Amino acid sequence: MKVLDLKRIVRGGFLNFVRNGFVSLSSVLVMTITLCVITIIIFSQAVLNFSLSQLQDKVDVTVFFTVGASESEILGIKNQLEELPEVAGVEYISAEQALENFKKRHETDYLTLQALEELDENPLGATLNIEAVEASRYEQIANFLEDGDILASNQRVIIDKINYFQNKLVIDRLISITEGAKRLGLGITFVLVLISVVITFNTLRLTIYIAREEIGVMRVVGAENHYIRGPFMVEGMIYGLVSAFITMLFFYPISLWLGANMTDFLGINLNSYYFSNFFQLLIINAVFGMLLGVISSFLATRAYLKK
Amino acid sequence: MIRFENVTKIYPNAGEPSLEDVSFEIKEGEFVSIVGHSGAGKTTLVKLLLGEEKPTRGNIFFEEVEVGKLKPSKLTNLRRRIGTVFQDFRLLPNKTAYENIAFAMESAGKTDEEIESDVPHVLDLVDLGSKAFHFPHQLSGGEKQRLSIARAIINNPEVVVADEPTGNLDPVNTYEVVHILKKINSLGTTVILTTHNKGVVDAIHKRVITLEDGKVIRDDEKGKYII
Repeated sequence: MKVLDLKRIVRGGFLNFVRNGFVSLSSVLVMTITLCVITIIIFSQAVLNFSLSQLQDKVDVTVFFTVGASESEILGIKNQLEELPEVAGVEYISAEQALENFKKRHETDYLTLQALEELDENPLGATLNIEAVEASRYEQIANFLEDGDILASNQRVIIDKINYFQNKLVIDRLISITEGAKRLGLGITFVLVLISVVITFNTLRLTIYIAREEIGVMRVVGAENHYIRGPFMVEGMIYGLVSAFITMLFFYPISLWLGANMTDFLGINLNSYYFSNFFQLLIINAVFGMLLGVISSFLATRAYLKK
Repeated sequence: MIRFENVTKIYPNAGEPSLEDVSFEIKEGEFVSIVGHSGAGKTTLVKLLLGEEKPTRGNIFFEEVEVGKLKPSKLTNLRRRIGTVFQDFRLLPNKTAYENIAFAMESAGKTDEEIESDVPHVLDLVDLGSKAFHFPHQLSGGEKQRLSIARAIINNPEVVVADEPTGNLDPVNTYEVVHILKKINSLGTTVILTTHNKGVVDAIHKRVITLEDGKVIRDDEKGKYII
């Protein structure tokens, strides 16, 4: 295709968009609804992922060391753990820190504190709090610790207990909730996107059906197929672009309201999310809208250009 | 230049043929009126010539090209060599008079400079110079038809086919359209006019092919409308 053709096609598309005022408005409205569905899905995914990650953060595996375990031995194990791909982070809490934490937790419980005072030495051992990249990886980490290989250099046992096995039920349930929620989210996303795409495609098909006689005239005048189809595709692209901007504009007050009133409930401030991801959201909407417009127009004109 | 050889056209699900065993030849520079009642097969004949329909039997030649066997991509080239005028004008409703003509030139790959110089000229020729930026719905029937003639001749076609061009026009506009077609013919372009308007055919005083029930029943050098 020549540059001159391209220039004329783009110009034709813009002119059609402006001159077909009412048809363009209807198409933009329908496409805006589609893009709103996409944006709602993106927001919902953000809330879902945030909630799931919050839930996951609340679960960890704690390794309790014996009272006599030396700090260098524990740090050695910490280093080994940090090298595992399953591990997201390891926090070392020394025996002294554990005691401090214990005292703070029981500051109103004088009986316990008094009993603690009676002891000459710190009864608490150091701990390592391990966080996995995914809930499903805790088992592997626990098995790694259980294995005993990590203690090979030291001949004595310094691990008192690992609380994974107490938490296993909770972790397993969390894994199934996370997986289920993700699958459900994906399923709903797919169905909603499919419905809106079908509605938009059919709307654009109708707009081109209205122009079918015009297409016939262009053919009789001797225009080549790409020259007839091009302006309709440009028009579809403009629908997508304009709809993307309207959608972003529409979600500004919504995110403002959600941010001000629903942050505690949702756990995430959607207004901040809207602003920090503004360009990504705009690009996703614009690209999706333009592709939908171009592909729909291409397919819809095909029926009238075949003969 | 144009040759119909034993052409028969039967539309699917239609019992009777729309055209039956039609043969004739049109030479370069001729003005041929094809006449007949409604349903005689005039429009089918035009559609076959433009490649909009394919013949059931027989061959149609435009010079050496067999129209019925052209692929859709090659039809474009044929249609650029034939200017067409229709009873219902077939203008592009969202384009101005100027743009309607420019579109035909753009489709033929003409440059912007050529378009800027030729379009005003042809608009003046059909007396629409002052209405260049009117949309078709702002033009009268006669003006629309003159615009459609301007579009048909802008690319200097070898043939102009006018299918019932005066069907929707009053006598004054009918006279003007016929006058323009005769002028186009006098400049060397072959003109094929289909009509059932006796007054128009008799006034032209050129070759007349008469169709009845899909068959050619008369072919007169300087004919009149006789059915």
